[in-house]
Amino acid sequence: MTSGKNDIQKLAGLARIRISEEELSSLEKDFEGILGYISQIQQAAGGTFEADTKDGLHNVFREDQNPHESGKYTVALLEEVPKKEKNYLKVKKILPESK
Amino acid sequence: MATIDTTSLTIAQAREHLIRGDFSSVELTEACRAVIEKKNPSINAYLEVFDDVLEKAKEADKQFKKGGEHPTLLGIPLAIKDNILIEGNIASCASKMLEHYRATYSATAIQKLKKAGALFLGRTNMDEFAMGASTEHSAYGVTKNPLDETRVPGGSSGGSAAAVAMGSALGALGSDTAGSIRQPASFCGLVGMKPTYGAVSRSGLIAMASSFDQIGPFAKTVSDSELLFHVIAGKDSLDSTSIEVKGQRSDVKGRTIGVPRAFLESVPGGIDADVYKNFNDALEALRGAGYTLHDIDIPHLVDVLPIYYIIMPAEVSSNLARFDGVRYGLHKEGASLLDDYELSRSEGFGPETKRRILVGTYVLSSGYYDAYYGKAIALKNVIRREVDAVFKKVSAIALPTAPTPAFKLGEKSDPVAMYLSDVFTAFANVAGIPAMSVPSGAVERDGVSLPVGFQVMAPHFHDDHLFAIGRDIESVCGK
Repeated sequence: MTSGKNDIQKLAGLARIRISEEELSSLEKDFEGILGYISQIQQAAGGTFEADTKDGLHNVFREDQNPHESGKYTVALLEEVPKKEKNYLKVKKILPESK
Repeated sequence: MATIDTTSLTIAQAREHLIRGDFSSVELTEACRAVIEKKNPSINAYLEVFDDVLEKAKEADKQFKKGGEHPTLLGIPLAIKDNILIEGNIASCASKMLEHYRATYSATAIQKLKKAGALFLGRTNMDEFAMGASTEHSAYGVTKNPLDETRVPGGSSGGSAAAVAMGSALGALGSDTAGSIRQPASFCGLVGMKPTYGAVSRSGLIAMASSFDQIGPFAKTVSDSELLFHVIAGKDSLDSTSIEVKGQRSDVKGRTIGVPRAFLESVPGGIDADVYKNFNDALEALRGAGYTLHDIDIPHLVDVLPIYYIIMPAEVSSNLARFDGVRYGLHKEGASLLDDYELSRSEGFGPETKRRILVGTYVLSSGYYDAYYGKAIALKNVIRREVDAVFKKVSAIALPTAPTPAFKLGEKSDPVAMYLSDVFTAFANVAGIPAMSVPSGAVERDGVSLPVGFQVMAPHFHDDHLFAIGRDIESVCGK
C-alpha cells in the first residue's frame, strides 16, 4: 500500500485530472485513510478470484436491428457539444506536427 | 378547499380529493410552490423549479373534468433528483461539469411517471454525481434538514428527501447506490425504497456505479411508495440489466425476520445507543404483531463496506471518463487536446468526485487490481451466496437504516467517517436485493426530535414483500 504524492500525481495523470499542491496534501492524507480502510478485505477469508467469480452472469445483447432514421437526434445532441463546426465535433489534433 | 396541508397529505389521499374535486391539481401544485417559495431559500432542496408545472397541472385538471378512468398519478406533483433526465431540462448532477447540460431524452422512469399523469415540480439537490451521504458535496450549496436546519438531510438524494419532508412535494424520485434513498429517508422521517437491482430501468439515470445504482421512490407512507414503485418498475429494452419483477411476485409468505446480531454488536464505527434501542423496540413490536425473530450470521457482512468502497470508485472512474469536455458538459480551452481534457475535468469535478476517481484508478491499476478490485468482486459473490443461504431460513432481514440520526452540518469532514454512514445500507446494493427504510420513531438531540428509520430487506424480486412488512412496521411503530 503506497500513496505518496508521486503516486497520486501519477494516478491523476491517468485520470486526466490536474491536482494543485494544496489539493495534493489533503488528498495524500485522505488516501491514507481510505486505503487503510479498504485494505481490510485482504484479511477476509475466501474470495479467491478463480473460485468465486463464476456467478452465472452472462452478457445480454440485443438484436442489431430497427435502426432509427439517420440524423433524427443529430440536432439535439449537437446542441450540447461545446465546440463544433457544422455537424462535426471540433477537437484539437492529437498528433503533434512532424518537424 | 381553502388550504391544503401538503406536509401531511399523501398521494393516495390527494388522488381521492382530486377525483372528488375537493381541490384541483392547479391548487395542489400552487400549494406546493408556495411551500417552495417560503422554505427553499433556507433549505435549498431544489436547484431549479420548473416553470411549466402549472401548465401541466391545468392539463391534468382538464382530464379530471372529462371523467372516466384516470391514470394512477394524474395531477400529482413530484420532485426529481438532479441526476434523472427529463428531456429539455437541465440535469446537472449538482456538478459544475453539467451546469448547463440539457437532457436530450427522458429517463424511462420519467416517461412512465409522465404516462401515469405525474407532474414534475423541479430538480433536487444532491451530492455531486451522487457521491456522498449528506448532500454537503453539492456544487450548489448544502441542503439542510427541514426538521432541524443545523443538520444534514442525508444523502446523496438529500434534496428529494427534504423536498418531501418540508411539504413541497407529495413524493420524489432518488437514486440509491449504497443507501442514497434509504439513509435520507431515515434522516427526514420518510419511507425510502431501493428496488431489486434491475427492477427499475437505469436508462436516463446518470451513471455513478452501474452495478449498484437503482432509481427508487421517496414517500410519506409505504402505500404511496408502493404506488410509485409500480409505476416506474418494469423491464426496458434500453437497460439490458432490467427485469420484470411483477411476474415474479412474492411467494414469500413467511413472517420470519433475520437479525445479524453479531454484526450489530460489533459494527465498525459503532451504533448510536438510542438508535439501537429504537431498532430493538421496533423488532419487539413486530414480534408482538406475530413475526418470528431469528439471529442470523452473514460471515462477510463486516467486509461489505470496504468491498463497496472498492467496486464503486472503480466503476466511478470508468463512468466519469466520459466527461472530457468534447461531447457535452464543461469545456475549458487549453493548448492541446490533453490540456482541454485535464482543465475541463479539474475545473468541472469537485473534491469528493476527484477523490473517488483517483481511488478507482488506483484499485484498477495493474499492480493493485488483484489485491483490490479482483478480491472485492470475488467477495461480492461470496456475500451473495451467504445471503441466498440466509433467505432459505428467513423471509426478511432487518437492520437499522443508519447508525445515527441526522448528523450536524460539517460534522463529518473525514471521508471514511462519512463512508461509515452507509454501513447498514451498502449491503442491499452489494447483494442486489430490495430494501426499504420505514420511520420507526424518533430520538431526541438538543431538544429536537429526530426521526429514525427501520430497514427491512427481502430476497431478489420480492419487492412486494417489503410493502407488506413495511405496512406492519407503520402500524406497530404508530405511524
